[in-house]
This record gives sequence, structure tokens and C-alpha cells, in this order.
Amino acid sequence: MLSRTADHLFWMARYMERAENTARMLDVGYRMSLMPQTEAEVEQNWVGLLRIMSLEEQYRATCGAVDGDKVIRFMIFDPENPSSIRNCLRAARENAHSVRDTLTAELWETTNATWIKVRALTPEILADRGVSEFFEWVKYRSHLSRGVTIGTMLQDDSWRFIRLGTFLERADNTARILDVKYQVLVSEDGGEAADYYRWSALLHSVSAFEVYRKAYRDLISPVKVADLLILNQDMPRSLARCMREVYANLQVVANDRSGETLRRAGELEASLRFGRIDHLLDQGLHSFLDQFMDRIYDLGNRISDDFLISLRAG
Amino acid sequence: MAITEFYDEMREDGGLVRPHYADVSRWLDDMSTERMARKRAEANALFHRFGITFAVYGEDSGTERLIPFDIIPRIITAGEWLTLEAGLRQRVMALNAFIRDIYHERSILKEGRIPEQDVLGNAQYRKEMVGVQVVHDVYAHIAGVDIVRAGEGEFYVLEDNLRVPSGVSYMLEDRRMMMRLFPELFANNRVAPVDHYPNLLLDTMRSVAPAGQDNPSVVVMTPGAYNSAYFEHAFLAQQMGVELVEGQDLFVRDEIVYMRTTQGPKRVDVIYRRIDDDFLDPLAFRQDSMLGVPGLLQAYRAGKVTLANAVGGGLADDKSIYPYVPEMIRFYLGEEPILNNVPTYRCSDPKQLSHVLANLPELVVKEVHGAGGYGMLVGPTASKDEIAAFRERLTVNPEKYIAQPTLSLSACPTYVESGVAPRHIDLRPFVLSGKDVRMVPGGLTRVALREGSLVVNSSQGGGTKDTWVLEA
Repeated sequence: MLSRTADHLFWMARYMERAENTARMLDVGYRMSLMPQTEAEVEQNWVGLLRIMSLEEQYRATCGAVDGDKVIRFMIFDPENPSSIRNCLRAARENAHSVRDTLTAELWETTNATWIKVRALTPEILADRGVSEFFEWVKYRSHLSRGVTIGTMLQDDSWRFIRLGTFLERADNTARILDVKYQVLVSEDGGEAADYYRWSALLHSVSAFEVYRKAYRDLISPVKVADLLILNQDMPRSLARCMREVYANLQVVANDRSGETLRRAGELEASLRFGRIDHLLDQGLHSFLDQFMDRIYDLGNRISDDFLISLRAG
Repeated sequence: MAITEFYDEMREDGGLVRPHYADVSRWLDDMSTERMARKRAEANALFHRFGITFAVYGEDSGTERLIPFDIIPRIITAGEWLTLEAGLRQRVMALNAFIRDIYHERSILKEGRIPEQDVLGNAQYRKEMVGVQVVHDVYAHIAGVDIVRAGEGEFYVLEDNLRVPSGVSYMLEDRRMMMRLFPELFANNRVAPVDHYPNLLLDTMRSVAPAGQDNPSVVVMTPGAYNSAYFEHAFLAQQMGVELVEGQDLFVRDEIVYMRTTQGPKRVDVIYRRIDDDFLDPLAFRQDSMLGVPGLLQAYRAGKVTLANAVGGGLADDKSIYPYVPEMIRFYLGEEPILNNVPTYRCSDPKQLSHVLANLPELVVKEVHGAGGYGMLVGPTASKDEIAAFRERLTVNPEKYIAQPTLSLSACPTYVESGVAPRHIDLRPFVLSGKDVRMVPGGLTRVALREGSLVVNSSQGGGTKDTWVLEA
């Protein structure tokens, strides 16, 4: 397939996934802010969220002091914020538009309809509908895109580049959520009840609450939460699962210059497949996640170089 | 002054419904205003969701509009279509023969049938094409010929679009929409299908591949996602199952054209290009073109790749060449033209110019190189000021204009604000030329939605209708 087409598909999927994860993070941030706590704690909660997205500086420059409503607006609407939900859904749609001949009618219509809806959304409408409903809507639009992709697209290379985009982005996003929330949560001692709500909010943010119960049949403990989100092969948003998908898809689309990229993906995948949570925690979770995100970033660049940037003649 | 006398497609002069409209007329009578409004809203919502839109030049980039779709079909009888098809085939064959002749022997000029200056001095003439052999001698692989009806069996060709004619996707989508909204109509009328157009197009493209390429690879080339006809480019590529490429996706090495893929370079044999000559190759034409492919023209001239339509074919659809098409038909085919040409005054000729200036309120004036309904004057519906402005322009730059008598375009019942009322229409059939000349029955019907208006272009507020050719 055309390199440019692969590039658009890859980014279409990444942006859709990013919109979903932004909605997830905002939703959990919003829910946590409703719990009884001090103003400083509330603020810390939102600052943490901006840091996950590496957007704290930009936010302070445009919006000033950290405040829940303003952060939510910034993350949904801000035209200068590349990760705002509106911008993500627009970018997903623009990428889809550039390759609409490659998409099934259903996938194009879904992506286009999502953008048409969000384009019409204003802060006033949002206030009226409630932010939680909107976050839910974004998640379901993303579910719909993914479902339509799986249900209608030919499973050839175009499909694989879509999957690569989805899982690479998701791996990055899950690592970010875990990194920030984990630090905040283990350093605070809010009493048993508050801890329960915070850990369960984190699990809810990655749709893992029921999954946790089912997988561990146990009380919520930080170590097991980390285990679930990092190493559990069956958990669709875990780092291990995302890397398994990335590696499997890379294997199939391989070309004569992608050997090193495949090796690096395989190395990362194997370290998760055979990793142990106590070893990771001994190393320090933050430093592990930091390295993981660097390696994901490196893989993204290498995939671009090997497949997506128009290959030069000869 | 509006045009008050016109041929009504549905009703005879006495008001009697023509036989081929009988079923549609009953269907219209039975339909409540509410249902009609609901169906139209449904159609609009569907077109929006599908993203069947076009971008409008001069507005904010990325602005996309729907082309209004009218739910009342335009109907052509089997007999009328036989005449139209024969006339179109004849005309396009003569035009292809003419282009070939101009870039080779130039016998039509040598015999003095057409003034040499009008051809060789034409802005669309490409000296790079002199002596170049193209497969099957076909230059205009896809022609969109604009036809209007002035009376019973009286068809006129307004324009031969031989460069990158667009609109065929609307022909196909309009049919799909009608079948979705009103399946019952198709049960009661024997409407000739058009859905196989992309198949014919692919077959035509493959038939003109360079010799020796047994399993030729075909691509559609677009200027990009912001082009006004991008929807159509993507649509055709998808329907044919071929790649949609931009200039940056292609490169030329040793006169072979390749596309850049995730698996490395892949050879390209036929390019259905939806981009003007000027932008094809920055080495040969406009150096500032970011859309083209360096070296493409050289590969083309060497016969290593086919471009459809051919470079330099625009020569034959220029309005200054239009008056000579009947002569071409006689000269190359030895036949009498089946379709009429509209009498045309060339304003570059002082005698014809003075006649034009004296009769402006009755004439249609068009720019010789214009397209899309921009920069034209429709005398009978124009204001005094507009006429005065055109008089001025004609006097300063007469060579830029032609003029024609105002034809009274036929009208078809159309659903408008005030209810169902006649509106003027034209017809653009799409003629495919490769190893053979082929077309699907019908074409795109465009309708001028403003009362009395004769301008059907979508950029000027025109709409479209599903076009039916009834099988005998």
C-alpha cells in the first residue's frame, strides 16, 4: 500500500485512541474532584492530569491558575492544545478524509459523523448536557470506530497500520495514566475509604474495575493494580497486551528495512511477557514507565521512518 | 425578462402528461407535501453523513457544501437515448481524431477546414505532444459532454469537456439515493442501470496501458483532499479498487513511474489524472507545481506510462474550437453530425463582435477559456448594469469571449420552496474511449434551482437529479 496511505491510517487510529484516552483521564479526574477533599488536593489532582499529557506549561501560559472547569475546557476545546478532544477528533477525521478511498463506507461515515457532532459542540451545550455524558459519548464513538474497523475492513496491511496506531497510542496512554496516578496514590494516605475510591477510579478510567475483580478476586492493592495494567496479557489496555499487538502487526507488515524496529518491539514485548511485577517495582515503577514511554516514542519514530515517510527511490 | 417559452420534459403543451412520465406523475400526485419534505431532509442527512460534498473555491479552505439533490427524476426515453448515444459516440470519435491529427499530420489545417491560428495559437495546444504516439490513438478517454434540449428530439451540445470532467460520482450516488428513498419507483419503471460505470472505467483504463504490460496497474491521481472534486476522486479509486495517489506518492526513475509503498517502489502503468496539464510535471510545465511528478512527461512521451486524459487534449474542448466540431465530424468520419452545435459568434472577429454588441440582451456570452459557469452573461436574465459591464469587457478584450443565442433549455418538474415547479436542466453523459467507445445510459442531470435561471453549475447554486433512461 502507499506509504502516505499507511501514514494517514496510522494517525487516524492514534488520534481516535487519544481522544478516547483523554476522555477517560478527564472523566476520572472529574469524578475524583467530586470526592470530599481539600482544595489543595483537588488542584493537585488536576495538575497531575495536565502532567500526564505533558501540558502543564501550555495550560498555565494560556489559562493561568489550575481550576477544574478550566482544565476540562482546555482539554476538550482549546484550539492550541494538540491533545484536546476536539483537535484529536478533527485530526482523526482529516486523516480519514485523505484516505477515504481505503476506508469502508461505514468507517468513513462513523469518523465523519463523530467530527460533525463535536464540531457543533459549544461550552454552553456541554454545560447543559453534563461533562460525564460527553466523555461517555467520546468513548462510545471510539468503540464504534474500532468495532466498525474490525467488523468491516479487509484485514490487509491497511488494517494492520490502523491496529499499530491504536495499540502504540494506547500503550503510551496507559503508561501515562499509571505513572501519574500511581505516584499520587501511593504517596497519599487518605484513609481506607478514600484509598478505595481513588484506586477504583483509576481502574474505572481504563475500564478495568470489573476486570480486576475477576482476575484477582481480591481487595484492591496497588501492586495488583500495577500488575494488571502492565503485565496482564488478557487485559486489553495493559502494556503487555498492547505490545503483543504492536509486535504481531509489525511482523506482518515487515519490509526489508524494518528489521531493527521489529527487533526492538520484540525485545520490549518479551520483557513484558516474561516480566515480574516485584522486579519492576524494585527497579522503581516511575523509572520503568519513563523508559517504557521513551521506547514507545522511539518505536513510533522508527515505524515512521521504515514505512510511512515516502520511501525514496533506490 | 425571463425565458417563458420552453420545452417541458413531463407535460405536452396542452398539459397532458407525456407517456414516459405517467408513473412518476401519479407518484408525485399521490405524495403528500410532508412526505416529500421528509424524504428530502432524509436525502440531505444521508449525503452529509456520507460526506458527499464539494469544496467551494474562494470560500474558507475546507468549506464543504452539499450539492442540492432533487428527488424528482429526469426521464429519457429509449428512443431518445439511442439518438444521443449515437451522436455522442460520433462526436467523441471525431474529437479524438482531431487531436491526433493536430499532433501529427495536421491534414485538417492543410486542407483549410479550420484556421491554423485558432489551433496552433491556442493556449491549450502543447508542442510537447507533437509526434507522440498514444495507445489506440485515444486522447480524451473520459469526456463529459454537456447537452441541452430545446425541443422535441432537438438536442444541442453546449460544451465538450475533455480535460478532467467531473460529476460522474453524483450520477452514481443520485441513483443509489433514489433507490434507497423510493424503491417502489424502480419496481414500476424499467430504468437502465448505471452502477457498472466504475467497471467500464477500469476496463477502459486497462485497455490503454503501455504495450507489454499484461496486468497493468492503474491509479487515480488527485491534487489532494482539499480539491473541490476530491470526493469524486476518492470515490472512483475506491469503486475501481485502485490506489488514489498524490504527486508526492509517485516518482520517475529511468522513464518508469513508480509509487512509494510500504513495501518499496511499485510500477504504475496508467494514471487517471484529475489534475490539469499545467501541474503534472514541474520540469515540463509550471515549475511552482507542488502537485506534480518531476520527469512524468518524459516517461509519458517515451510511452512507458499512459495518462488519461492525454496531455494537450484540452485543445479540442476550447470554446474557440467548439464551432468547428461539426466540420471535424464531416472531415474525419464522413458523416453528418447527429447532435446539433449551438451557433457561435467569435468575438475576435470584428464583424461578429458588432453583431454581438448590438444584440447583447438576447445572447449568452462566455469566456473562451472559462469553466464552471464563472464569468458568463445570460442576456435575457441579466440586469442593465450587468449588460453594460459586459459591453465594456467585450470592447476591451473581444478575443476572450464567444457569444451564442440564448437557448430555451427544457425544464423538468423540481421540488422547490413553492412546491413542485418546472426548472431548467441540462445533461452531462460520460463517454469512455479506450479500445472501444462505451458509456452507461444517461448521465448527470443538473438543474438550475432559481426560477428562470439557465445556469446549472453546482458552483452557481445548481442541483442534480437522478437521470433515467427507460429500457424499451
